[in-house]
Amino acid sequence: MFENNLLTYIIFSPLVGALLLLFIERNKHNAIRWVALVTSFVTFILAVVLFLRFDAGEAGFQFLIQTGWIEAIDVGYRVGVDGISLLLVLLTAFIMPISILASWSSIKHRVKEYFVFLLLLEVGMIGVFLALDLFLFYIFWEAMLIPMYFIIGVWGGKDRIYAAVKFFLFTMVGSLLMLVAIIWIGVHASNTVGNFTTNLLVLYEISPTIPLALQSWMFLAFALSFLIKVPLFPLHTWLPDAHVEAPTAGSVILAGVLLKMGTYGLLRFCLPLFPAATYEYMSLISVLAVIGIIYGALVAMVQTDVKKLIAYSSVSHLGFIVLGIFALTEEAVQGSIIHMVNHGLSTGALFLLVGMIYERRHSRMIVDYGGVAKVMPVFAAFLLLMSLSSIGLPGLNGFVGEFLILLGAFQSQALDSYWYAIFAASGVILAAVYMLWMYQRVMLGDLDKPENQKLTDIGGRELATLIPIAIFVVWIGVYPSTFLDKTEASGKQLLEQVERGRTMYRAAEKDTEEDTLVENRIDKIMGEKN
Amino acid sequence: MDFNPTDLLHILPIIIVTVTALAILILEITIKRAEPVVFAFSLIGLIAAGVSAISLYPQSGTAFNEMVSIGGFASFFHVAFIVVTILTFLISRQYIERMGIYHSEYYAIILFSLVGMMLIASSLDLLMLFIGIELMSLSFYILAGFMRTRLTSNESALKYFLLGAFATGFLVYGIALVYGASGTTNLASIAEQIDQLFTSTLFWMGVAMLTMGFSFKIAAVPFHMWAPDVYEGAPTTVTAFMSTAGKAAAFAGFLIVVMFSFAGGTEKLQDLFAILAVASMVVGNVIAISQHNLKRMLAYSSIAHAGYMLIGFAAASELGMSGVMFYIVAYGFMNIGAFGVLSMTEYGENKNLTFDEFKGLATRKPFVAALMAIFMFSLSGIPPFAGFFGKYYIFLAAIQEGYTWLAIVGVLASVIGVYYYIRVIIYMYFYDGDVTLEAEPSYIGMTALVLAAFAVLQMGIFPSTVLRLTVGLF
Repeated sequence: MFENNLLTYIIFSPLVGALLLLFIERNKHNAIRWVALVTSFVTFILAVVLFLRFDAGEAGFQFLIQTGWIEAIDVGYRVGVDGISLLLVLLTAFIMPISILASWSSIKHRVKEYFVFLLLLEVGMIGVFLALDLFLFYIFWEAMLIPMYFIIGVWGGKDRIYAAVKFFLFTMVGSLLMLVAIIWIGVHASNTVGNFTTNLLVLYEISPTIPLALQSWMFLAFALSFLIKVPLFPLHTWLPDAHVEAPTAGSVILAGVLLKMGTYGLLRFCLPLFPAATYEYMSLISVLAVIGIIYGALVAMVQTDVKKLIAYSSVSHLGFIVLGIFALTEEAVQGSIIHMVNHGLSTGALFLLVGMIYERRHSRMIVDYGGVAKVMPVFAAFLLLMSLSSIGLPGLNGFVGEFLILLGAFQSQALDSYWYAIFAASGVILAAVYMLWMYQRVMLGDLDKPENQKLTDIGGRELATLIPIAIFVVWIGVYPSTFLDKTEASGKQLLEQVERGRTMYRAAEKDTEEDTLVENRIDKIMGEKN
Repeated sequence: MDFNPTDLLHILPIIIVTVTALAILILEITIKRAEPVVFAFSLIGLIAAGVSAISLYPQSGTAFNEMVSIGGFASFFHVAFIVVTILTFLISRQYIERMGIYHSEYYAIILFSLVGMMLIASSLDLLMLFIGIELMSLSFYILAGFMRTRLTSNESALKYFLLGAFATGFLVYGIALVYGASGTTNLASIAEQIDQLFTSTLFWMGVAMLTMGFSFKIAAVPFHMWAPDVYEGAPTTVTAFMSTAGKAAAFAGFLIVVMFSFAGGTEKLQDLFAILAVASMVVGNVIAISQHNLKRMLAYSSIAHAGYMLIGFAAASELGMSGVMFYIVAYGFMNIGAFGVLSMTEYGENKNLTFDEFKGLATRKPFVAALMAIFMFSLSGIPPFAGFFGKYYIFLAAIQEGYTWLAIVGVLASVIGVYYYIRVIIYMYFYDGDVTLEAEPSYIGMTALVLAAFAVLQMGIFPSTVLRLTVGLF
């Protein structure tokens, strides 16, 4: 009974917490914080249970729940987890308590609404990762915009309104076109199997045979929505604004989880639903990914604002993930999945660290600092660790992902060129440049600014947010198998599915070709008779 | 022509509403301090009418020599109109008192227009339809000018009357031409000979006239000119009523004529609807962006929403019709909610209705602001609210009938819509300000808003509850 509904519990447990919060008086800030924290912790425990009970040998979806919802158009509440979504669910549930702790003292007004929105956001994010019905997926995907929009808009920095609106509109444009594509596929299914459906498992079997011209449109509609979210160069312009203006927890969630929804969407929907179109557009997207890697790194290098620097480094890192996905080799796809987690951890931690120092000094400008390591040694140690993790130092988590991706991209037969990997590798070097240079300017040197001399080192609650992340950073770096084992079977199956889809497509194409040949011949014979 | 006493039973909801309206007029002159009595009595009447309409839903057939239809489609709309009217009454009570325009005729006239709407939804004959539309429209002309001392209200009424009379002319002319071509005004008889009629030029001229008349009533571009001024000038609660129930009634009549009688029309007609839909969505949404007054913005947005619903007409399928019916109900709830909030903030001569004056509403009145946010998100079509599902269903119908381009235009127009709807939220939540309300919102008014918000959420998450009532009606 418990196992049967485990996914439902995970998705909706934060909603229960959010509803509980509504009944707490608005000025009881501590009670509100504790309820939110406990709720998110319960969700995390449930996610851990899911992780432990997950059968790594099984490639398909596990813990499936399928119940009817809107019978008239065969929309169902269909959720399930496989190796690809498992780690992301765990990551989301892990990031959430940390974000709540990080907002403990920095959020001072409208505390109640803030935590309600955070928990609603968690519902949306986990729902996106677990939904196996396009309609359900879309609901979560869009509904999640609302809390994020408020979090940026109400509790953000000084240009928060501009950033919130930009974030909202960018995402809306992409997702509404995806909505048309979702409906279109369902209609296509009704022509093939007789009834309209948004059941992903059924659509997996139907959609690969859609003629290429149409498939490309569908692919582009889905991909646009996901690539805006990722964000892929040149669709990334909303990201620096949103990241910089969002409150710390908002940035952590944005970087840690929200961006992954884009890359997850590519893996879950774009590739298996439209394999033929994937091959058509993979080189274009990979080129953009490589440009993003280098461009993001170069722009990060010249930033004067630490938060913006980290935001641009996300563009670069996400470029790696997209490249790994479209390399279509086992290593690269595995690398992409683990790198999604890595980026969530290290960039999340970096945003936390920036938030901590901002709370003390109210500045994010690199020039305002220097020699801070002398007064904040613990802080400096964590910043160094997370920077190195972000750079991809062997022994830390970043290395595992980037290495696998580069290896996969190098060997990729689908991409059929090692130049992608070579250019992408330069991103690793550039990452070292901008991260270490930033570290040097902020932490090392003389402590010459009088304001900085009074800075206090981080305290217990702040340590509580950083230590768990640090543990995972090292764990994944030293022994990634704990996590890679879980994703392996599903990753492999995904590639097989894409391959099978292409075969199906070729067979279907051949049939129609033959049909037209036969028709032409008949026409010819008829014409001769006349 | 014979009279069958059971026919009276079949139009019981209409009779109850009529009697309630007449009784109010008598109550007003017989009792001192009649206001609470009038209010309570009209609510009881409405609920009774609603119950009888629900109980008639499973039936089917015709009454009064095939002048009206029973159950199904008619009952669906009867219930919808009655629910919207109840909500209107709830938000009106405090408003008309505050604005100093309380006369019991206010309730009576709304009930008369409700009778007109109900006649439209049950009509099975063009003449019946016409009577219904006229009764509704005449009541609206009076209601729009109900704030006698306010210039804009008078302007609104006069404009509405002149243009509305003009549109009625088209409608009558259309009915006459269709009669000329078919020899009957009975919609079922027209449906029987529709294939021959499609070849008749006279008939098509009639259809063109009818389409113009209806387009005016639903405020579709290019017949929308009256809407912004009328909606802005009329008392806010009246605008709420006109833009929800009034629009729904016009759509109900349009559905009967096009879907039932003309069997969805031909491809030519579908394309015409597609063009009207595109024009309405684009013009409505684009002009709404530049509005500073929320009432006027919602007026333009209502034009855009008429456009979305016309997509269902372009699809001309069973699914499209279900979609339109679902959307009308969803739109009714979210729009009456939005106008309900406006009726609470407004004071004096159109004060507290601009974006600037909404600054900081979330700090001052968090609950009202939260409800408004729900209505705005629903209007902009974001899940999990009802507006989203309505759009989903209508776009689904369009794509199924090969109008994929129309769905794409629809979603792009929605993005424009998102921009101005979330602006309301920006002003309420993201800016600080010192918006003050003239009076604390009454419990009765808040009840209406909470009910509307609940309906918006319920229809968004469990759309089947309403959706299954829209299937297999003709």
